[in-house]
Amino acid sequence: MKNTLKQVFHSGKFVAGFGILVFILLLMLIYPLFNPGNPLERIGVGTFAAPGTYVSVYDSISAEKEILRLSDADDKRLAQMMSMEDRVSMIAWFTAMDIDVTGLDMNDTDALLEMWRANYDDSARPAGMTKSKRNFYARLNNTINDASTAEALSVTEVDLATGEATDVGQIGKTDYVNINAVANVKTLPLGTDNFGRDVLKELVSACGTSLMIGVIAGIVATIIGLMLGLLAGYLGGVVDDIIMFVTNIFTVIPSFVLLILISYSLGQDQRGASTVAVVIGLTSWVWTTRSVRSQVISLRNRDHVNLSKLSGHSVMKIIMKDILPYIASYVVMAFILQVSSGILAEAQLSLLGLGPKTTEVPTLGLMMNWAMLYSAHLNGSWWAYFPVILTIALISFSLNLMNTGLDQVFNPTLRD
Amino acid sequence: MTNDALKERPLCLSGKGVTKVFGSGDKATVAVDHVDFEFREGELISIVGESGSGKTTLSKMLLGLISVTEGEVFFQGKPRDISNRKKRLEYWKGIQAIFQDPFSSFNVFSKIDAVLLDCIRMRGGGHLSKEKKIEMMTEACGFVNLKYEELTNKYPFELSGGQMQRLMIARIFLLKPKILLADEPTSMIDACSRATILDMLMNLRDEIGMTIIFITHDIGLAYYISDSVYIMEHGKFVEKGTPDEVILTPQAEYTKRLISDVPKIHEPWDLSTV
Repeated sequence: MKNTLKQVFHSGKFVAGFGILVFILLLMLIYPLFNPGNPLERIGVGTFAAPGTYVSVYDSISAEKEILRLSDADDKRLAQMMSMEDRVSMIAWFTAMDIDVTGLDMNDTDALLEMWRANYDDSARPAGMTKSKRNFYARLNNTINDASTAEALSVTEVDLATGEATDVGQIGKTDYVNINAVANVKTLPLGTDNFGRDVLKELVSACGTSLMIGVIAGIVATIIGLMLGLLAGYLGGVVDDIIMFVTNIFTVIPSFVLLILISYSLGQDQRGASTVAVVIGLTSWVWTTRSVRSQVISLRNRDHVNLSKLSGHSVMKIIMKDILPYIASYVVMAFILQVSSGILAEAQLSLLGLGPKTTEVPTLGLMMNWAMLYSAHLNGSWWAYFPVILTIALISFSLNLMNTGLDQVFNPTLRD
Repeated sequence: MTNDALKERPLCLSGKGVTKVFGSGDKATVAVDHVDFEFREGELISIVGESGSGKTTLSKMLLGLISVTEGEVFFQGKPRDISNRKKRLEYWKGIQAIFQDPFSSFNVFSKIDAVLLDCIRMRGGGHLSKEKKIEMMTEACGFVNLKYEELTNKYPFELSGGQMQRLMIARIFLLKPKILLADEPTSMIDACSRATILDMLMNLRDEIGMTIIFITHDIGLAYYISDSVYIMEHGKFVEKGTPDEVILTPQAEYTKRLISDVPKIHEPWDLSTV
């Protein structure tokens, strides 16, 4: 036993897969300590806030200011203010005015601004341009000019009782606050999702739920598969015929269709995470049964089993002591694969809207479902689905890697 | 033992028309084909045949590990009844076996003590004190020149092939069955250990007076140790009798061939007949 464990941990593939899994598990355990609270709490009012650090504007105003004169501050401000859309519109204006734009790099803010200042004329009326479009350009021009002039913004405090507004201060362009002096700063490494929830927090929690679903599904499938396989293989005869008949029926029905039908008939309210896990387990035991059975058949005529019979052991004892330990490594491998496919099955079901009910826990599949329903893939909010896909891939990859590693240890013909 | 003296002993295990067919219909294979035999108490019987002649199938039927398709086996003169677990247990107290491959005969996950303790329990010694059990195991190991102190808490695979086969004999020593079915017990171990194992089997037979059914492909060995020899070809006994009758005056072609295939040290071996 000790030797086997040693061998297992000498397999590079197993160790790599195990390392990834342990990393994910540690992250799941440790991250909530730093960022406690309900992962489904809606912190954002809008949808899909991009990843980054959010600084409270209100708190920044009252924080102590320092004046920093940075030579590139105006350029940076302008570059930030001019969105890609603005830049495209500017090029469109040049084209409409028949100005040669060859050699102009849209990302070169200085060159673009220089050309704009040289050529923009608010009285010009390019052919075919509507008034609203001309107004848009006028506004754009104002924004650009404002950014480079030395104005200050005034801060007004509104007395809610009287509605009176009093000037309390001004914010100049050279005013800076230390980020440490701002009371509320929130880092959202993966932004927020469609409901304004912290994606990373949700992802960590979903990862745990999905792994739990995978493990429960794996346990259910492995126990059913193992029991039926052992009975069919060892007892043979009529028992074998009956079990294989049932198994064959389940083999020819696509298990995913069965899974969809059962999930659908359960109804949204009945589908908790563990119910979904059990349902997944109930539809995926077939291959375990078949392979355990064939292993047992090859074992049941071995001499050590005969010796056990001659020593008067009961059928139960022979199965538990003379058969099970010999196929244990195989069963562990099958279990690992079942966990992996359980996680994938949950993701598939949830994508179809048949996953666990959406109000209680996040799962990896549900997160993808939400991202898809709110078109995250169309509006470029990659943070809402890409980390989820990556996590599913990583978990599957690590489990499969562990499985291959174990296979190499237990099956000498596969050793490098 | 003379032939006549043997004939007067009571029957221990006998069979009439014992047949085993594997599969059914077109794919049916007859492994053992209507064999009759009479094994008497204290007799050493050799069943000789090539690989695939049905020796092992016959031995499994005699042990009750596989069912008999046709015919009947008699144990101590009465038809054998192994229809339920209790009766099987009773039968297995009377007949035990040593298998060909010592490396696959033991469960690699259970310790040697467990194997020997099973035997004590089977003989109704489950209630004995721990000291008494250890004494019995030490005695059994001593009989086959093994040291119990060195074996306890070890796994069977930590032993050599010869030691494992001796452990099997220690098992038989504890069980003291009426019949021992030895299925090629020496074919997987080296020549020196072979002599030791055979010697131990003979001692054991004298000690507890059991019948030994020795299954082998080695007709020379059968000649030296047996009281009677059965020659098996394609699931049938083609010849039976005392070793002298069978080996010195063989009647069947098959027996003659088996005898001619035994390599002789002082003569060149004619491989063309093989």
